[in-house]
Amino acid sequence: MEKYYITHLRELESEAIYVLREVASQFENPVLLFSGGKDSIVLGWLSNKAFFPSKIPYPLMHVDTGHNFEETITYRDDFVKQLGAKLIVTSVQDSIDKGRVTEETGKYASRNALQSTTLLDAIGENKFDGAIGGARRDEEKARAKERFFSHRDEFGQWDPKNQRPELWNIFNGRKHMGEHFRVFPLSNWTEMDVWQYIALENIPLPSIYFGHPREVVHRDGVMLANSPYLQVDCEDKVEELVVRCRTIGDMTCTGVVKSEATTVEDIIQEVASTRITERGGRFDDKRSETAMEDRKINGYF
Amino acid sequence: MTKKAYLDMELLRFTTAGSVDDGKSTLIGRLLYDSKSIFEDQLDAVKKTSERKGYEGVDLALLTDGLRSEREQGITIDVAYRYFATPKRKFIIADTPGHVQYTRNMVTGASTANLALILIDARNGVVEQSKRHSFIASLLKIPHLVVCINKMDLVDWKEDVFEDIVDDFKGFAAKMDIKDVQYVPMSALKGDNVVEKSENMKWYNGPTLLHLLEHIHIASDRNHLDARMPVQYVVRPQKVKGYEDYRGFAGRIASGIFRKHEEVTILPSGFQSRIKTIYEHEKEVEEAFTPMSVAIELDDDIDISRGDMIVKPNNQPEVSQDIDAMMCWFYDKPLVVGNKYILRHTTNEVRSMVKEIVYKIDIETLHRNEIEKEIKMNDIFRLKLRTTKPLFFDSYKKNRSTGSVVLVDEATNNTVAAGMLRDK
Repeated sequence: MEKYYITHLRELESEAIYVLREVASQFENPVLLFSGGKDSIVLGWLSNKAFFPSKIPYPLMHVDTGHNFEETITYRDDFVKQLGAKLIVTSVQDSIDKGRVTEETGKYASRNALQSTTLLDAIGENKFDGAIGGARRDEEKARAKERFFSHRDEFGQWDPKNQRPELWNIFNGRKHMGEHFRVFPLSNWTEMDVWQYIALENIPLPSIYFGHPREVVHRDGVMLANSPYLQVDCEDKVEELVVRCRTIGDMTCTGVVKSEATTVEDIIQEVASTRITERGGRFDDKRSETAMEDRKINGYF
Repeated sequence: MTKKAYLDMELLRFTTAGSVDDGKSTLIGRLLYDSKSIFEDQLDAVKKTSERKGYEGVDLALLTDGLRSEREQGITIDVAYRYFATPKRKFIIADTPGHVQYTRNMVTGASTANLALILIDARNGVVEQSKRHSFIASLLKIPHLVVCINKMDLVDWKEDVFEDIVDDFKGFAAKMDIKDVQYVPMSALKGDNVVEKSENMKWYNGPTLLHLLEHIHIASDRNHLDARMPVQYVVRPQKVKGYEDYRGFAGRIASGIFRKHEEVTILPSGFQSRIKTIYEHEKEVEEAFTPMSVAIELDDDIDISRGDMIVKPNNQPEVSQDIDAMMCWFYDKPLVVGNKYILRHTTNEVRSMVKEIVYKIDIETLHRNEIEKEIKMNDIFRLKLRTTKPLFFDSYKKNRSTGSVVLVDEATNNTVAAGMLRDK
């Protein structure tokens, strides 16, 4: 029976595909939250496999903060076209214009937290009952307690203390009207697994994941990509370096790291030797010790 | 790590249970730290919090206790999943609290585990809690148990202390259904026999804990005999060129092996057909086995939908509306005979009614209680249910996938119980 085993990457793939098919079966109107980051790209890739040769039976939705790396948007449009999927773009700017949220001001202003309102509004307007996200349990301690099928009440809130137990691979997606689920097929993947899978499957990525020259701003031990959306003052040190993104999100809070990596294999070697977590470069997590839990309770990804 | 190495790694899921003082967090912290899976910023954050709270040294439990309420109370409440990898294997740890009031979390963590770590404080020997954890591991049919006899530094690294505990545990384990038990003397605090071999216990010739975790043979634990595929989703492209007539029954192989051209039976209809193609996503394959996710096409046009099961004609599961199961209760309202619940089994869902509570297990003594049968949260008990439609299942002992169920409350939609099916 020696030959009847599959490798860890294939087992994670099989688990994620099982979860995606559960979503398509248990929910009437699911959606895949697509940020243009590597985790959501992997989700799109897996969705394409899960329903082969059919098209993906749910749309992809991008919650656009308006503060994007240009490469992400180009990549997004190509990727969606290649998958033959439907794309919905919902924008934080619209939420601001409608008065649903107020833009933060000052040096540390970011639209990251505002995304939650835009996301919940879009879920409500489109009547989505299951939103697939690329969050992983290894990313952050509050996410380590997250379920595959994570219940949200009618206010879009997460109740971490009253989560449904999840056993074996039986997922309970039953809900009342107005409630929805967040589903995380990559729960058991680590940053390393994602990169190894990208290498195994030869998945194309936005160029900013690889080392490139860029003007960066040093702030509180984190390097941010300089952009018109960032308020830079005389205390900030600005310089040009060869860097790459470890995560991709809103430009004002996504950090970059020094890197000469030009291939996925280079990145794998780099991830293997790195001693800082992926989210260590995320400004949004540094606001407090339970910053992620607090944002998640209120509807964040 | 070379590309060749990471493309040939196996996945091992293990569970640990423990409370504040038995060194579980130290042990997990040690495994993560020594395998370089704790990052500097995580360690910094934990160091800062430890200092602020006035702890001596670094409290590694803060790494796993992520929720605000857990950090406030200094206890693990929920199951926390932790990850690390060595060049041989990737590991998923389901880290659970150890007290009786968290039995349900232990059961949850154990449900997907290939292996359980049981922690024993060398000064105290086999205590009630170690027995309880072992009982849960045996109930959930975890194939491998590693008994970590910890804090050996506090008993002067004495061999006879270790041997006495091993004998004691063997006597107790003989009464339970556990396939493989291994014993490792260690000091998680000092690092002896966790990753590095102990210099202080030269009398121990066995492997270190990490060596065991990396080498324990798990491929043969899976059931490769009884071919079962619960149908999860029907793929019908219709408009995709070249696949207009394609109708694939997608699902994850629960157990056994399916091959192209083999005869199969569909349950509950009983129709027979032959496998035309097996697709592992976009790629056609000759055979599929657990835990692969695939889509199977059949020669004949048969009406099949989610919840049906593809099996082999000469090896079929049991079919019944009367269900007998060992259960764990998760809910804060008691279980009442006559209540109706939604029963979820593989990809199938039926309604069910509670017929009889046969007995309750006293989790402290492991005795059966047939007199006091009020079922409260965390209780483990034997239950008889009647379902509205027949269930096709195997005993949990034979098959962890087709032998497991959960009960869902119809009013609240909460998952209220998990069950392990018994033979008829």
